[in-house]
Amino acid sequence: MKMTHIYKLLVLGFLSGLAVETHAIFDSYQPTVLVSDPYLELRTGPGRGYPVFYVAGQGDEVTILKRRTNWFKVRTPRGKDGWVHFQEMAHTLDLEGEAIDWGQKDLSDFTRRRWEMGFNGGDFGGASSLTGYVGFALTPNISLQIEGTQVLGKFSDGVIGSANILMYPFPGWRLSPYFTIGTGIITTKPHTTIVQAEDREDEIVHAGLGANLYLSDRFMLRMEYKRHTVLTSRDDNEEIDQWKAGFSIFF
Amino acid sequence: MESRLQHIFLTPTFLAITFAGVLGTFTTTALAAEASDLDLEPLVVREPERREVRVDQIDSEDFEIGVNAGIFHFEDFGSDTSRSLRFAYHVSEDFFVEAIYGESRLGETSFERLSGGSPLLTDAERDVTYYNVSLGWNIFPGESFVGGRWAFKGGLYVVAGAGSTEFGGDNLFTVNAGVGYRFIATDWLALHVDVRDHYFESDLLGSMEAKHNIEFSGGLTLFF
Repeated sequence: MKMTHIYKLLVLGFLSGLAVETHAIFDSYQPTVLVSDPYLELRTGPGRGYPVFYVAGQGDEVTILKRRTNWFKVRTPRGKDGWVHFQEMAHTLDLEGEAIDWGQKDLSDFTRRRWEMGFNGGDFGGASSLTGYVGFALTPNISLQIEGTQVLGKFSDGVIGSANILMYPFPGWRLSPYFTIGTGIITTKPHTTIVQAEDREDEIVHAGLGANLYLSDRFMLRMEYKRHTVLTSRDDNEEIDQWKAGFSIFF
Repeated sequence: MESRLQHIFLTPTFLAITFAGVLGTFTTTALAAEASDLDLEPLVVREPERREVRVDQIDSEDFEIGVNAGIFHFEDFGSDTSRSLRFAYHVSEDFFVEAIYGESRLGETSFERLSGGSPLLTDAERDVTYYNVSLGWNIFPGESFVGGRWAFKGGLYVVAGAGSTEFGGDNLFTVNAGVGYRFIATDWLALHVDVRDHYFESDLLGSMEAKHNIEFSGGLTLFF
């Protein structure tokens, strides 16, 4: 018990140290923008549920301190700090009076995404499955993916590690279908309450199809069907169907 | 004929005209060069420093990391303390994705205590580890008021997700759902209070039964 307390303190200490460090490093870039609308509303927190407590006027130069989701923390010339929504910030100008590129994520960023990661759950031949993955797009049409799946059945559980190639014929569509093939290793372990059967490790190959649905910002939903063939050491190979759905984030 | 042509070409008049012509060409070229030098002069002047705003370089704090501690009540197996690590990514003002890894411990069933017989699980099999990945929705964001003087930033959120619970050597598919409150102390520090139901099916006590396990926890997270 004492060890866990020490561990906890160490974690807390490390985290607070990390926080101070990251603030020291990343607080350096704080650009100044010009308010061009009649006013700019400052809220007490980064959300529409927080009240407006101050208003910066047209022609004021405000400094952007940081960002959380679509909210920007700004400092007015009078030293007031508050949070402004992206839609209001979008009307501010740089100090030369030019419009600013706010780089809002949209469908074209979804099409051109490089890295993505996601989590999904579903059915694996009657058992439950949980999958986490990391993907990297070589081109908008082809991406590579590493997957880890935990299979949780009534009588046994197992782990699948696999590598996959995905092919997107229509990467520009909001609902973008894909084909996938891959290979990996499946480790199966029978539950202790059943019988003391031995653990098994087999090669697995699979092919499937699915689709990504772009929601907004960096967010997308994914649905997938896969047909697995477990290459067992017995006479017959095992065929398993997997259905799953989940969400992903891209960067 | 030849001498006559030579005579014409070598006459002082012709030479003078030719010389004047060549000289003239040189002079106009030189003058033109000088003129274009003058034209180029303004390009040498330095441009004013560019003050373009690069939005992608603004410090964004969408990640949350922290620790939780609480009490985990396991159906049939009593309650014990729980400890967990929490990681979250705020996709938007409304939604976040959260991953939790934690550990706790099973107690004794009332059967084990009352019968005095052999225990159902060994000591090591009572250690519980769990993980889950959930989607969270900040359903009631905003300030909360305590009395007339205090206003707290924060908000109520609901989460639901899936994961796995491991004990006694088996992994069980676990669905979790719950509600929590986030107190935002400063821009980068938040306090959490959570109540969550971890639901799984287990046949440890003979037949396959649905088990609801309730966890109460509190924690500290940092935004970065």
